Amino acid sequence: MISWPREPRALIPLLQAVQEKLGYVPQEALERAAHHLKAPLSQVYGVATFYAQFKLTPRGGWHIKVCLGTACHVKGGMEIVEQIQRKFGLHPGEIAKNPKASLEIVRCLGCCSLAPVMVLENKIFGRLTPEKALQLIEEFYEQS
Amino acid sequence: MSKVRNREDLEKIKMEGQRLIFPKEGKILVGLGSCGLAAGAEKVYAKIVEEVHRRSLDFMVGKTACLGFCNREPLVEVRHPHGLRVVYQEMDEGKAEELIAALAQDEHKPEWALCRIHGEKDSSAFIPPQLAQIPIDYELDFYKKQRKLVLRNCGFIDPLNIKEYIACGGYFSLFKALHLKPSLIIEEIKRSGLRGRGGAGFPTGKKWELCHRAPGTKKYVICNADEGDPGAYMDRSVLEGDPHSVIEGMIIGAYAVGADEGYIYVRAEYPLAVKHLRIAVAQAEELGLLGEDILGTGFSFKLHVFEGAGAFVCGEETALLASIEGRRGQPRPRPPYPVEQGLFGKPTLINNVETWANVPLIIKYGADWFRSLGTKGSTGTKIFSLTGKVKNTGLVEVPMGITLRELIFEIGGGPPEGKRFKAVQIGGPSGGCLPEELLDLPIDYESLTQAGAMMGSGGMVVVDEDTCMVELARFFLEFTQAESCGQCPPCRLGTKRMLEILTRITQGRGKPEDLKLLEELAFGVKEASLCGLGRTAPNPVLTTLRYFRAEYEAHIEGRCPAGVCRALLTFEIDPGLCVGCGLCARSCPQGAIFGEKGKPHRIEHKLCARCGACVSACPKGAIAKR
Repeated sequence: MISWPREPRALIPLLQAVQEKLGYVPQEALERAAHHLKAPLSQVYGVATFYAQFKLTPRGGWHIKVCLGTACHVKGGMEIVEQIQRKFGLHPGEIAKNPKASLEIVRCLGCCSLAPVMVLENKIFGRLTPEKALQLIEEFYEQS
Repeated sequence: MSKVRNREDLEKIKMEGQRLIFPKEGKILVGLGSCGLAAGAEKVYAKIVEEVHRRSLDFMVGKTACLGFCNREPLVEVRHPHGLRVVYQEMDEGKAEELIAALAQDEHKPEWALCRIHGEKDSSAFIPPQLAQIPIDYELDFYKKQRKLVLRNCGFIDPLNIKEYIACGGYFSLFKALHLKPSLIIEEIKRSGLRGRGGAGFPTGKKWELCHRAPGTKKYVICNADEGDPGAYMDRSVLEGDPHSVIEGMIIGAYAVGADEGYIYVRAEYPLAVKHLRIAVAQAEELGLLGEDILGTGFSFKLHVFEGAGAFVCGEETALLASIEGRRGQPRPRPPYPVEQGLFGKPTLINNVETWANVPLIIKYGADWFRSLGTKGSTGTKIFSLTGKVKNTGLVEVPMGITLRELIFEIGGGPPEGKRFKAVQIGGPSGGCLPEELLDLPIDYESLTQAGAMMGSGGMVVVDEDTCMVELARFFLEFTQAESCGQCPPCRLGTKRMLEILTRITQGRGKPEDLKLLEELAFGVKEASLCGLGRTAPNPVLTTLRYFRAEYEAHIEGRCPAGVCRALLTFEIDPGLCVGCGLCARSCPQGAIFGEKGKPHRIEHKLCARCGACVSACPKGAIAKR
């Protein structure tokens, strides 16, 4: 953190760097950021909880993001979410044990023409059906 | 690379770039924008590289971004040495291998071709008889009525090579502008009639003038690339496919208003756009087109790329400023407008991606040319992302004033599978749903606002008879309610209450007086909210109430005409079709399906959770929902 400028505008990029490195923003990082930027902890906490990007608890396993933007919603994205929930016992925001993965619902990845879409560990897959989505997750699980 | 100091330097790079775009040995280009990647273009690219290498072919293999016709991705363009250009659609690894094998024998694959592209060099090109039947791009319904200005380079150049942008005339407008007086540039933008493409349609030239006149020596320019509207992705496409057009526009804007520092605020959900922007900024700096003493004119401009952190409200300009300053993205009342007191209290000029990308064109071809496109009040073109239930989905750039019908039925081909068109949702969560009766409405800022929708950023989601309008309105409210920053009570509480009412209607617990209450609340939130998010959030509700009231009433009577709202449905097994295989009973998470093997099963309605798992499990299609 020492190399970061000591000005308020560095806060969001700083938290982003922490999250990029650790996968989440631990309490200690918030405290150190506040100290470094000479800002009240409440303000740092306020920012960290305001933006959807920041996760304050560690995420486990690999990450599934299902898009529920308008086009994905209209083309049946919710069914994919439900099937994943049913098959793997995965609920948005929770971490499942087997396969060890977490599920997140996102609003629009900008691939609306290929709706519905899903992201598995930073790879986007489009033109899905619930069956195809489950199959991709299983293949992914077997490979990793 | 040495720095560009004069026009000759720029011309030299232009020549180099042209050789990269149309190399003597020919070139194979793969569309690797986010939509291409989602369709599997990465594997296609790897295969083509491998095969070209293995067969020691002369062809260069290159990357580009989105060609616009997203639902035909992955797209591959072959530029033959003599100018013939063929685009192949829906490619995969196997097809890629065969295509390269064909090219090695001087053959083609007409059966996979989408079109030939008519470029400058195409007219003299020899057309092999095999390809004579393949339509030219402007003959396709999808491209026929389009006019690609902002998207001109997307899918044509390698966005990661500044030389290719310069080869297409890039940074010549900057050169021209830096030798003009700022007031002349502002006059030209004003005369062009360009209006903000981010949604509200404020006259761009006027904004520039206000910022130019604002007192102070420190000023900022900002590009709002926080494209949060679900269903709109033209900004992503421009940033991925032609980032320099936005950067060039911003430098011209900075020079015109007297700013020396700028930010591009881009969504973190667009990792590829962020990457391309960072590379583009570094390349422009290396050539001396950005940074200190640009083109030797003494004008300096520093540009930062700032990643958003996932908050829809940051698309609102004052919230965006708060976010760059390192605070929560909460809007503040205007005035003072950002052009007077913006980032860190200094005058700040904020425009959206598409607006900035129009600027170099206006400087190059002049305001009169720009005014000749579109309508009197809404000049130029607008990009729409046409998605949902239409045959041809993709990015469409058309002159303003075109009708919705032309866009949805001629370019988009109407709903697939013979379904009936029901509505088009324009402008995302701030926009509205327009019915069939309004299809002949011309697309311009005023007409759309009058109809209760708005231009918004240009998302256009088509829905057919299978979509429930009440549920769609509930979907948007769920979005805006979750994204409301929580600062002002009308938006924080109003959207919550509206969502509750809509939810109860879709769950079959609606009351006749709910509709009036919903309308009252909607007007209240619209009137009293602090920022654009709250002021436009009721639009989806108000337009569906206005144009699809009967559907609301049906829900209150206990029916969902589109068969979507589960609480209002019953599932029934047709004993005539059921073969008693038992797959439905096994798929049912509630254990609500009973029956003996080989005999028709039945659903116990009291236990049924209406999840629909049995419908997808049944191999005979024997389970109907009503």
